[in-house]
Amino acid sequence: MSNNPVVMITGALTGIGRAAAAAFAKDGAHIVVSGRREPEGKALAAELRGMGAEAEFIAADVRREDDVRNLVDRTVARFGRIDAAVNAAGTEGQPGPVIDQTAESFAATFDTNVLGTLLSMKHELRVMQAQAHGSIVNISSTYGHEGARGASVYAASKHAVEGLTKSAALEAASSGVRVNAVAPGPTETGMLARFTGTAERKAALTKTVPLGRVGQPDEIARAAVFLASDQASFVTGQILNADGGKSAG
Amino acid sequence: MYNLSGKTALVTGASRGMGRASAIALAASGAQVLVHYGRGAKEADGVVAEIRQAGGRADAVAADLAAADGPHKLAKIARDIVGDRLDILVANAGISKAATIEETTIEDFDKLFAVNVRAPFFLVQQLLPILSKGSCVVLVSSLAARGVVGAIPVYAATKGAIDTLTKHFASLLGARGIRVNAVAPGVVETDMSNFIKTDAGREFALGIQALKRVAQPDDVGGVVAFLASEDARWITGDTIHVDGGSKL
Repeated sequence: MSNNPVVMITGALTGIGRAAAAAFAKDGAHIVVSGRREPEGKALAAELRGMGAEAEFIAADVRREDDVRNLVDRTVARFGRIDAAVNAAGTEGQPGPVIDQTAESFAATFDTNVLGTLLSMKHELRVMQAQAHGSIVNISSTYGHEGARGASVYAASKHAVEGLTKSAALEAASSGVRVNAVAPGPTETGMLARFTGTAERKAALTKTVPLGRVGQPDEIARAAVFLASDQASFVTGQILNADGGKSAG
Repeated sequence: MYNLSGKTALVTGASRGMGRASAIALAASGAQVLVHYGRGAKEADGVVAEIRQAGGRADAVAADLAAADGPHKLAKIARDIVGDRLDILVANAGISKAATIEETTIEDFDKLFAVNVRAPFFLVQQLLPILSKGSCVVLVSSLAARGVVGAIPVYAATKGAIDTLTKHFASLLGARGIRVNAVAPGVVETDMSNFIKTDAGREFALGIQALKRVAQPDDVGGVVAFLASEDARWITGDTIHVDGGSKL
């Protein structure tokens, strides 16, 4: 990867996506941040420029293919290529037991987490395969490979993200393009606060983590930066747990 | 790429192959590295010389990790050099032997488990007093642990044991702030994988991978350096497959 890699990040306005933008900016990347809310997006791009990075905001709703196509095409128009993409747009949907789920709650989660990841990869790969290089990092979850009481649809959507990741890795490898995912455990974000609700529930979750705390968004971002980098040049189709050991037990 | 200055590291089996690449990658990031070898004194001296030439700090240390007391002796030698703090342990030393079920002897079986499983276990045990908060252990697994790649059932079982130890060590040592991970290489161009020097062997190796090139030791060294770094401070109990997308 060049000294100033071009990195495109979806879901960049909050949480892990936002931390990834900052982490890549520190490493000298040129960055396109994307999300649905224009004022926040423009403010983030300005913040990244303040860190010395070349940065743009391009609005996109990853559930809409026209938006995603436009995002990718405008990124290429602005910076000439895409070296790495982080697909961080995601939602916890409407947590609750299986018996309460509906076609609507399913769609609310799957449209962003699964369709959004699929459409993002479709257009990123269009560019990267033509370039014959590039690295895609999807954001899964430890719930992408284990069950989650009260979060079945979210867990199912992240299982789907892992299936998409491995399959895309197989398809893209012949072009020299790598596709991996980071699977965060509980991470200090707005999503975690919405998921857990109470301090007690958050404390109970922390007890399941060998390192004894929840992760910080920057710690997940650093794993994404690694997967995007040349240090991971022989790593593809992999799901990297960044979870303080939660998956191990 | 990563900043490991002020850190101390021990890499076993570092005279050649992935151990050598890991030692050089750690030293290039600023760590002081103990280059362990079993028999390759000359090669280990070469690794030390290469690191010192680049401005790094390294010493060669010898121990027979097939011997029951090998890990204990190595831990003592390491403590004599680095004192009371080891930040990074890369338990890379390993042996392989291709043998069918019928061909495998009890001696082969015991030696494979002695070097590949017993030695890393007791090396961690013996070094625990100087593995402080923020330190990390990297074990070496293999693609063979999760799929069949030739007639190496006992070797594969030793690597399956490494994946299991990785999880249990991580869980048991997490409260002390010690991270434990593994790298699981696929086919890497080293002396252990002589078979890829033949056309048929190379074809087999490329056939199981998504990426169509044979991995070099450096491909693994970079991942080890990442796992040892602050950037991986939230990663523990995981096995990173450095196998070009094999058996996806």
